[in-house]
Amino acid sequence: MIRESFKRVRVLVGKPGLDGHDRGVKVIARALRDAGFEVIYTGLHQTPEMIVSSAIQEDVDAIGLSILSGAHNFLFQRILELLKEKKSQDIKVFGGGIIPEEDIKPLEKMGVAKVFLPGATTDDIVAWVRKNVKGK
Amino acid sequence: MKERSEKFTTISSTPINRLYKPEDISHLVYQKDLNDPAHFPYTRGIHETMYRGRLWTMRLFSGFGKPEETNKRYKFLLEHGQTGLSVAFDFPTLMGYDADQERAAGEVGKCGVNISTLADMEVLFDHIPLDQVTTSMTINGPAAVLLAMYLVVAEKQGVSWDKVGGTVQNDVLKEFTAQNSYAFPPDPSMRVVVDMIEFCTKEVPKWNTVSISGYHIREAGSTAVQELAFTLADGIAYVQACVERGMKVDDFASRLSFFFDAHNDFFEEIAKFRAARRMWAKIMKERFHAKNEKSMMLRFHTQTAGASLTAQQPYNNVVRTSIQALAAVLGGTQSLHTNAWDETFALPTELAAMTALRTQQIIAHESGVTNTVDPLAGSYFIESLTNQMEKEAAATIKKIDEMGGMVQAVKAGYPQREIADASYRYQKQVDSKEKIIVGVNEFKLNKEPPIETLKIADEIRDHQAKKIAQVKKRRDAQKVSDTLAKLKKAAQTNQNIMVPLCDSVRAYCTLNEMMETLKSVFGEYHDPGIF
Repeated sequence: MIRESFKRVRVLVGKPGLDGHDRGVKVIARALRDAGFEVIYTGLHQTPEMIVSSAIQEDVDAIGLSILSGAHNFLFQRILELLKEKKSQDIKVFGGGIIPEEDIKPLEKMGVAKVFLPGATTDDIVAWVRKNVKGK
Repeated sequence: MKERSEKFTTISSTPINRLYKPEDISHLVYQKDLNDPAHFPYTRGIHETMYRGRLWTMRLFSGFGKPEETNKRYKFLLEHGQTGLSVAFDFPTLMGYDADQERAAGEVGKCGVNISTLADMEVLFDHIPLDQVTTSMTINGPAAVLLAMYLVVAEKQGVSWDKVGGTVQNDVLKEFTAQNSYAFPPDPSMRVVVDMIEFCTKEVPKWNTVSISGYHIREAGSTAVQELAFTLADGIAYVQACVERGMKVDDFASRLSFFFDAHNDFFEEIAKFRAARRMWAKIMKERFHAKNEKSMMLRFHTQTAGASLTAQQPYNNVVRTSIQALAAVLGGTQSLHTNAWDETFALPTELAAMTALRTQQIIAHESGVTNTVDPLAGSYFIESLTNQMEKEAAATIKKIDEMGGMVQAVKAGYPQREIADASYRYQKQVDSKEKIIVGVNEFKLNKEPPIETLKIADEIRDHQAKKIAQVKKRRDAQKVSDTLAKLKKAAQTNQNIMVPLCDSVRAYCTLNEMMETLKSVFGEYHDPGIF
């Protein structure tokens, strides 16, 4: 029964911006899929608008973003703003990548539910999603 | 004594025996399989004297922020004994967007230097005589445009093109499989690469036209053997495409160079470099019937493995980089980039970059490893591993041949899937501690001391955007539209795009204006998102 409810959780995994380093995002997408979540991976070079529009269209419960380019402050903020504009703040936004320690608190204050640091295992990320993202 | 583990494997999961003995290499025939350096199949190196004659080129990849700042960093590195330049561009430049475009928001100057027009390139190489340094430019989708900009800067310095030396990465095939800074779909991308090779063969004879790169394949998570196989298969595809254009193999092959990763597994990496040389020599001789020895010699640049650096206890990265750099030198590299310890966080600070350069200088001048050529030849283990990697990589290349070559394999998503599988497998091994990474899944600290990193100001975009506006005001609009029209016409017909591209650059067209003109004919590639 519990497993059934996991299956309904839909996560969009995305890479906003122009960065092409997708090793991490692909590992996360696969780990979440193997853990039983429905995963939508949008591919590379997505604008914040593209990501939010896919998230709403696919009716996802969470958006996981991988950002290694140093553009995280700009990109997270833009995506959160767009979700607010579209009245879809119920979609949780989390992420990881190369994000300096001092940026994490401001990001969380901005509304990012969780920022994973380098060294987080796929199990850590799966466990967090399982605990904090509920299906509709 | 009982061994610590049931099996011992390389970082790529290749099983390694307890002991290697004479019988493991009894089939080796010295002259056929190894031979002296500078002799076919070049397993032991491409130069007779190797580092006794000339050390490798110490070339640190760098670029950030405004062209003015990067120009200053280049002069700093040249003053400290660096012997060649290597340009890192930011993501808007790599993807062919101008700094003032919406798509560039948040990314201008962050991961490299921003170049939107010839005016930026003029600043980047200000007071750096292009006949006295060689420059490597990591650029792929828009490689033709950046090469044209470099050549026009040389022209303005009064340096004739036959004196200009350097490299454009320009390896589009590995963009589709690994690095993902492509522009056009695979077929037109190949056409542009061949245009560039054809143009440089005639006009810029000292230019390395493609740096056939395994580095990004490895960084994307491949094994060492996959890096070797996919890279050589990419090389085969470029040579084949040039031959199909009607070029003679010996006219262009000597200007193709290679670029490999030096990862943590010391012996596996050394064996990989040695196998690469032997395999390419045979491919060029047997498959493409090259006659010129230079066409058969695999020259390569190495970069230590960025993906191996850890954010945890970052000073340990100096040690990792030293071991990797040593493998590259023992593998006979022609040029080397060593990563700085802070590069998991940001572009390196000046101190970190200098330590990376000093790492190479210590290997070169203090370690003594440069005193003799290919010191590991004849080792039962190294020779066995070299043979084994050659055999496995050859099997993968055969599979790609059967798919119709690398362009077809890329379209089918084959290398993409293989790399994603290997990368996932490795991550699972790390998560389960089957593979230990010091400071990450073992020997951890509870609290990491903070380290200083380089910050790139957000205002750079405004600065660059203003500069584009000034350029647009100053330039001759008629020349802009005329040259872009000619560029489009060349793209639509079989005319080589390089000549009209240089004219567009001279007219101060922006990077994106030129790229959009080409995309209007060639189309645009989008990531299929295979995972």
